[in-house]
Amino acid sequence: MKNIKAIMKRELYGYFSTPVAYVFIVIFLFLTGVFTFYIGAFYERGQADLEPFFRFHPWLYLFLIPAISMRLWSEERKSGTIELLMTLPISLTDAVIGKFLAAWIFSGVALLLTFPMWLTVNYLGDPDNTVIVAGYIGSFLMAGGFLAIGSCISALTRSQVIAFVISVVVCFLFVLSGFPVVLDFFTGWAPQMLVDAIASLSFLTHFNSIQKGVIDLRDIVYFAVLIAFWLYANIIAIESTKAR
Amino acid sequence: MGVDCSFYLCKIFAARDVRAVANNKTKKSTMTSETPTPAIEVLHLDKRFGPLHAVRDISFSVYKGEVLGFLGPNGAGKSTTMKMISGFLEPTGGSVNVNGVDVAVDPITVKSTIGYLPEGAPSYGEMTVISFLNFIAEIRGLHGEKRRERLDAVIKEVHLEPVLHQSIETLSKGFKRRVGVAQTIMHDPEVLIMDEPTDGLDPNQKHEVRSLIKEMARDKAIIISTHILEEVDAVCDRAIIIAAGQLLFDGTPAELRARADTGNIDDAFRQLTTEYYEKQGAPGQS
Repeated sequence: MKNIKAIMKRELYGYFSTPVAYVFIVIFLFLTGVFTFYIGAFYERGQADLEPFFRFHPWLYLFLIPAISMRLWSEERKSGTIELLMTLPISLTDAVIGKFLAAWIFSGVALLLTFPMWLTVNYLGDPDNTVIVAGYIGSFLMAGGFLAIGSCISALTRSQVIAFVISVVVCFLFVLSGFPVVLDFFTGWAPQMLVDAIASLSFLTHFNSIQKGVIDLRDIVYFAVLIAFWLYANIIAIESTKAR
Repeated sequence: MGVDCSFYLCKIFAARDVRAVANNKTKKSTMTSETPTPAIEVLHLDKRFGPLHAVRDISFSVYKGEVLGFLGPNGAGKSTTMKMISGFLEPTGGSVNVNGVDVAVDPITVKSTIGYLPEGAPSYGEMTVISFLNFIAEIRGLHGEKRRERLDAVIKEVHLEPVLHQSIETLSKGFKRRVGVAQTIMHDPEVLIMDEPTDGLDPNQKHEVRSLIKEMARDKAIIISTHILEEVDAVCDRAIIIAAGQLLFDGTPAELRARADTGNIDDAFRQLTTEYYEKQGAPGQS
């Protein structure tokens, strides 16, 4: 626990001592604004809720989260600091969790900084704030899912660009796995059970149900299992590729 | 807490005094003194990367008070061996014991007794020197007064005072290397493993790092790898030569020198390694 905290602190220090953090936060806030007001037609809808704000989060995360996660391990591999990190008296699990938590906290900070949106909608009308809180929780959980995937993939390569591109593709599959674009690959030859299983992996379905204000245990478990699975894969990825 | 740190201070000063007195004695006497278990014991160590047989059945031990020079041509398996001792890589065969603890069985305990300087002294470039050292101290379990004491001691020892608040990526090569050395000795480890600690330093800095190693040698077991053969004479009590993953020589620098007709350590090295490669075929073949 102590070690996780130390790793996490160092990682957060890394974000905020370089322009990465500030660029990311500014772009994130700017894009959420654009999507909400222009594409999401926040005013024109005339409804006091943040649905047009949350609706675009999966698509924003699709590109922005891999930009955070791409450096998590590939930078360590490229600069050789992975050798330093892994000869310190900490377990690999601690290192993986610490780094992941730092990235997750960072994305949480960016998400919290969208609070003017919440203030606006409360100023303009009388929204159901519990739904908005659920939306924030769902968005945060989903960010964790994206980050766990990205962290694992960044452990497989020294190149941040490759880590970014592959993470986007894998995340894209997860976002859309409930939709024909992914399911068409499987229907026809795979058993219906498998198709249903793949369909149930979709980020969108789980996020949408939370975002509507229904915090179902199944959706929470889904994201928790997803994160745990990818972090476990992350540990294995580092163990099997660190020598190269 | 108070008792703790005063004890610690005493230890430092006592060590300094003894060191001054002991400087006149030969190192041999400290070496052979009743230490039955070696600090580092490498037994039949073997490593394969797919078809490449990088390290072949290497065995040696290092005792407390000894500085072992690790020599060999590039690609001979020096770094790979050091990575296995420090617990970064798992051996394909054989074992490494540090103070009687098997690295494969309890890597965390071993890693906490070792100070390891990886090749090229990597560190987190975006951090300032002081925050990097603080991070290392935290991971090494140093807290409060003790941490401050160690930080002060280490910073003084490798002369990092002028760059404490600079980010590491803006430092000169010499300072970067010194940050790496500072990281390595932060927890005053019993065992030091340094992969080319003086590489890329100017002659003055080389001299400083060497004196630092010599000074620490009394109560530690140290392995350094190097390409600079005069370094072996300057700091090492023993030298090991490996080529193509195989142990070719294990003895004192004087013994190594005696191997060459000219009595020159460079010639001895060249003679040993080229003889080996002639017998085995060109380097790189496995």
